[in-house]
Amino acid sequence: MKSAVAIKYPVEKTKYNFGAELRRRGIELPPLAIDTLQVNNSKICNQVCRHCHVDASPARTEKMSPEGIAKCLEILEKNPGITKLDITGGAPELHPDFKRFVEKAVVLGKHVMVRHNLTVQLDPHPKTGESMEYLPEFFAKHRLEVISSLPYYQPFFTDSQRGQGVFGKSVEAMKRLNALGYGVAGSGLLLNLVYNPVGPYLPAPQASLEADYRRELGKLGLAFNSLYTITNMPINRFKLHLEKSGQLEAYMEKLVAAFNPAAAAGVMCRNLLSVSWDGRIYDCDFNQMLEMDAVDRAGGALSIFSFDFDEALRRSIRFDAHCFGCTAGAGSSCGGVTA
Amino acid sequence: MSNYYESEDLKKFGDIGNHGKQLADEFFKYYGQVTGVDGALTKREKALIALAISHAEKCPYCIDAYTTQCLETGANPEQMMEAVHVAAVMKAGITLVHSVQMQNHLGKLVL
Repeated sequence: MKSAVAIKYPVEKTKYNFGAELRRRGIELPPLAIDTLQVNNSKICNQVCRHCHVDASPARTEKMSPEGIAKCLEILEKNPGITKLDITGGAPELHPDFKRFVEKAVVLGKHVMVRHNLTVQLDPHPKTGESMEYLPEFFAKHRLEVISSLPYYQPFFTDSQRGQGVFGKSVEAMKRLNALGYGVAGSGLLLNLVYNPVGPYLPAPQASLEADYRRELGKLGLAFNSLYTITNMPINRFKLHLEKSGQLEAYMEKLVAAFNPAAAAGVMCRNLLSVSWDGRIYDCDFNQMLEMDAVDRAGGALSIFSFDFDEALRRSIRFDAHCFGCTAGAGSSCGGVTA
Repeated sequence: MSNYYESEDLKKFGDIGNHGKQLADEFFKYYGQVTGVDGALTKREKALIALAISHAEKCPYCIDAYTTQCLETGANPEQMMEAVHVAAVMKAGITLVHSVQMQNHLGKLVL
């Protein structure tokens, strides 16, 4: 069932007009493919990170219904062009149907990625108290690609952003993953880390930062495959921080000044669809948090409950001021730099 | 109350071109060539040098700008603090080594 779009964000009315910037430069960014279904299955998380664009926390209750999970699996099954399932949250492992979702997607032959915050292995489930220590073995059994946020290779920045003690727990969790082969050359088990700045500045070059991480984490006996650098999006919790600290305008000006056409060409919304816990479809996870529904050519909001692959591929991607975050410098996406 | 240094003024750096555009353009071109690219030194190393000089010269604009630049080139807080110590120890050493001049003159004055 399609519904009229309720635009809750002041699209194109902000001082920082991404669409106008594209037009001024003669850049068009139509979708290229839909090879990834990124499913945000819930907003519950064991952590409360200061920059979180999802506003996730242990208190959140939104989660995808069994019907929603079934519909996502049906979409994956019926559309062989969608080769990858990227499960995110919150902490997606806290969803009651997480294991079933993964198992069925793997049976469908999909490459399954999980956005794993590391500490969720060690903290009991915020609602049920269940131990989550089974996760590394579960990931390895199904050969999931594990993608984990670790804002820095030292405690200072990591704990500042993600909470006191998070760095130490993340190290312990990485050790458990490494022990099963994750991040270890030749194992085929991928453990990729995600860096994001701990404030309103751009990431350092991905390659040099990856070398720093490898050297410094190596001293702790830790291994990983690749480091993805991601720019903080000026939305939700991070935007609130910028507003309170009087830094929002300077940050937006930094992002706009660093606009890179090559980075724009590689933005992730050209290759994926983002699904929210309630089945609505968005061009990316950030649009999802701003409730900027992806729309078909008739202006109807896309939904997993009325999904049409070809129609989704023909949509126009919706942009707004926050998109400058994905096109600044070397670019930013869920897979790191885009240029 | 007005101040001699306003953080908002940092973004007016380009205004040094008022009444002297050509020289300012040459300066900014040189500035970009020196600090904006990896050369024999990496951008990170240059940022740390600039951070140290910012402290030695006590320039609040430069301290703000190069603290950010250090982070954006991948320097960590320990490296940044150590760069400031290099500036501090140079200032101290330069002060102290002038005591040789003092001692030379003392030698001339004392019978």
